Amino acid sequence: MHRSLTTDMIRNIFFFILVLISQVALADSGHVEHDHEVEFDAKETIIHHILDAHDWHLWDTQSDNGEVHSVSIPLPIILFTDGNLDVFMSSAFNHGHSKVVKGDREYELDHDHIIETSGKSVVDLSITKNAATLMIAAIILLLLFTAVARNYKNGNLLPKGLTGFMEPLIVFVKEEIAIPNIGEKHYRKFTPYLLSLFFFIWLLNLLGLIPFFPGGANVTGNVAVTLVLAVFTMILVNVNGNSGYWKHIFAPPGVPLWMYPIIVPVEIVGVISKPFALMVRLFANITAGHIVILSLISLIFIFKTAWASVAAIPMALFISVLELLVAALQAYIFTLLTALFIGLAVQEEHH
Amino acid sequence: MELITPGVGLIFWTTITFLILIFLLGKFAWKPILESVETRNKEIEDALILAEKTKKEMEQLQSDNKALIQEARIERDAILKEAREIKNSLISEAKEKAKLEGEKIVSSARETIKNEKVAAVAELKNQVAALSIDIAEKILKKELSTDDKQESMVKTLIAEVNVN
Repeated sequence: MHRSLTTDMIRNIFFFILVLISQVALADSGHVEHDHEVEFDAKETIIHHILDAHDWHLWDTQSDNGEVHSVSIPLPIILFTDGNLDVFMSSAFNHGHSKVVKGDREYELDHDHIIETSGKSVVDLSITKNAATLMIAAIILLLLFTAVARNYKNGNLLPKGLTGFMEPLIVFVKEEIAIPNIGEKHYRKFTPYLLSLFFFIWLLNLLGLIPFFPGGANVTGNVAVTLVLAVFTMILVNVNGNSGYWKHIFAPPGVPLWMYPIIVPVEIVGVISKPFALMVRLFANITAGHIVILSLISLIFIFKTAWASVAAIPMALFISVLELLVAALQAYIFTLLTALFIGLAVQEEHH
Repeated sequence: MELITPGVGLIFWTTITFLILIFLLGKFAWKPILESVETRNKEIEDALILAEKTKKEMEQLQSDNKALIQEARIERDAILKEAREIKNSLISEAKEKAKLEGEKIVSSARETIKNEKVAAVAELKNQVAALSIDIAEKILKKELSTDDKQESMVKTLIAEVNVN
């Protein structure tokens, strides 16, 4: 048992070293064009990598005449303009070189923003790189955990293989996050949500650390995604809040009446600020990690010498390994705080 | 800052994806997994409780056995003691009886001896008397064997009568 664990660890370490080496290689190929033609702008490159995109960039090729072509997976573009639904693939933009005409509407890509040339407001519901990664992550989770659930079929209760690996994580969420924070009485109702949340965030964090397809999207470092996750938690907490919870907000016990005008608004702000903190914490942590790694890799292109990699790669490796920890830690913290807020909302009053 | 501006499209897709994920995982993964884990935990707990119960029963049985053995030992001791007492009383009774019997025998023997002695003395007396008569007869025969002697005898006897 102990030996196999150690060998697993060594295998994992080697795997991540491999991943990191490929990351460096890919980053290298991704920036050749800048090196050749224009001055390398680290800030622009990093922001570009951190933001969402309408296609899934794989690599660049350079034709004989020096032209650079991006190779990318086209993603569906879904737009609402003036009550019209326009759907086409992102390849129609030809990486921003072409405009797309649909009826009386003409779209163009400006810094990965779709705008209507005559100035009509566009609601962009495209399945972007991040949205596609979300779906891939959801499919991975479904395949993974239905496989785990299959292990228990036909009354077999012993965890084997994959289940043996995943079950402790599931039990960890249940027994270390759900039960201590929500309490024995109510935890059953919320454990499935906490489990989904934990594994979804964790997997998205990890996918974000993989520098190439099917990873590379900075999903949990996108404020829209963390906003939705935080709103889910906020709705869940307030919908399940019992009378004690609301009393603490609108009539805090033990507070003199003349303090109410101060305390009650603070409590009401707390309803919003708690999930807001969840949103910002996850977004900022993951984005910061990506920025640091990309900055270290950018050093090579700033100094325009491969020798910079002697310093940049070990540091990027170190940060990447740290990010592995952060990936799990942020998923844990988000889930833990969600459980804590639910626990505060459903706890029985004991005065 | 685009970085901190949430995009409508991504909000929409995240909501849809996460809702579907929560529903499907909850139905097809968490429910069976958590139920199985709980069932297993319960089975383990039951098994442990049963083991504890069995252990206690065994202990109870052992202490019962001990008590039983103790009881048997006490009973055996009591039986032995009783047996010993019976034996002693039997022996002493037998001794008593034997003693009485002996005394009886001795006394009857003494009686017999006494009777035999009396008889023997009586017979001896008879024989002595017979012998004496024999001797007297023989002496008389000898004394009166001649006429002279008979005459002197008669004379003596007459003399004696005269004296009276």
